[in-house]
Amino acid sequence: MITIIDYGAGNLKNVKHAFGRLGVQAEIRSDPDTLKQSRALILPGVGAFKDAMDTLSRLNLVEPIKEHADKGKPLLGICLGYQLLYEKSFEDGEWDGLGILKGEVVPFAHDLKVPHMGWNQLIKNPNRSDPMMKNIGDEEYVYFVHSYFVKPKQEDETLFFTKYGIPFSSASRKEHVIGMQFHPEKSSETGMKLLKNFVELIP
Amino acid sequence: MLAKRIIPCLDVRNGRVVKGQQFKNIVDVNDPVVLAKRYSELGADELVFYDITASNEERDIFLDVVEKTAEEVHIPFTVGGGIRTIEDFRKVLKAGADKVSINSAAVKNPEIITEAARKFGRQCVVLSIDAKQTEDGSWHVFINGGRVDTEMDAGEWAVKGEQLGAGEIVLNAMDTDGVKTGYSVDITKAISERVRIPVVASGGAGKKEHFLEVLKNGKADAALAASVFHYGDIQIKDLKQFLYDNGVEVRRV
Repeated sequence: MITIIDYGAGNLKNVKHAFGRLGVQAEIRSDPDTLKQSRALILPGVGAFKDAMDTLSRLNLVEPIKEHADKGKPLLGICLGYQLLYEKSFEDGEWDGLGILKGEVVPFAHDLKVPHMGWNQLIKNPNRSDPMMKNIGDEEYVYFVHSYFVKPKQEDETLFFTKYGIPFSSASRKEHVIGMQFHPEKSSETGMKLLKNFVELIP
Repeated sequence: MLAKRIIPCLDVRNGRVVKGQQFKNIVDVNDPVVLAKRYSELGADELVFYDITASNEERDIFLDVVEKTAEEVHIPFTVGGGIRTIEDFRKVLKAGADKVSINSAAVKNPEIITEAARKFGRQCVVLSIDAKQTEDGSWHVFINGGRVDTEMDAGEWAVKGEQLGAGEIVLNAMDTDGVKTGYSVDITKAISERVRIPVVASGGAGKKEHFLEVLKNGKADAALAASVFHYGDIQIKDLKQFLYDNGVEVRRV
């Protein structure tokens, strides 16, 4: 089963619809056992980092997600779900994340408008060539809504950069753990191609 | 670079898209889900649905439209009209909306902005402001579909809205709404420079140059329009090419 993790955050149905459009049945679930049995996990999310981590802990979902990643099964974090994959966030304080990937989540520190909201471009990391980048042209647009961004410790974990004042990591991959700062489910055809690439990683 | 957004607005009554002129003279246009899908394919960056229904029965039909749109359209959309309570926010978000816009109810009860931002995230709380220039040249906030002058200054209300937790401002200039004489560039610019959240210009689009003017000189982050798109006066694709040729960053499909 492909499971969209339900921890009370955001528009899970839209993620489900997007997979549905690719002909993939994804289920919205929140029980730890289902997560453990899943072939792939999607960690979506909007909202605050700390609240999200608290809820994942309270629902006993932290361990199943970490185990899933340890086993090398595909895991996709979207938006806040991407940020949660990392070790630490500085969103209104300093909070521990899942720590599956190494790095931090930091606020934009320039005078541009925040949240970074709207369509912005994906710039390929020239040092990466990856099945997740398949069929994605140069500078295709995807839809973002966020005020913080991920700084991976390993820069080449990044698949795509996006420029908003500074270039930041808008998608990354380490083994079968993938994160996207934008919303692929709201990014029209480009988003569909990226989700399709993810689906093709699922054994 | 972050692109400027083009946003068709669909006023929905009884499950159909209608378009009013200065909030009056409503005429029937089309099926909202069909129209939403078409706009998405043509390159609209976002959509806005305004519920202009009166009865609870029609409200359920509207939620049904929202749900169907979420299933079939994969770009963000905002829902507004008649949003009064946290429960109203929850309902439309659950139906699949990405953002919720609130207008009169936020003036009457500003706390709702903060509460909604805390519960659902500020990115989904859109403060919609109906503004009209008064005789002394200042811009006032109007509520109840433009019928009541609150005598609040539009710029100050926008700043307050941001402080309370709004993630975006839609500025609807009532004088130009539906009359196709161009957006109210000055007030859009004034507000855009005072807040640090995105500002969407609304009201007055009649030709492509109007979009260029408000996105460039008006410093709007997005421009919203209805009838010019519904009646085919302007094709989104042509509009975007025009904006791009004139130095505005847009997403072309």
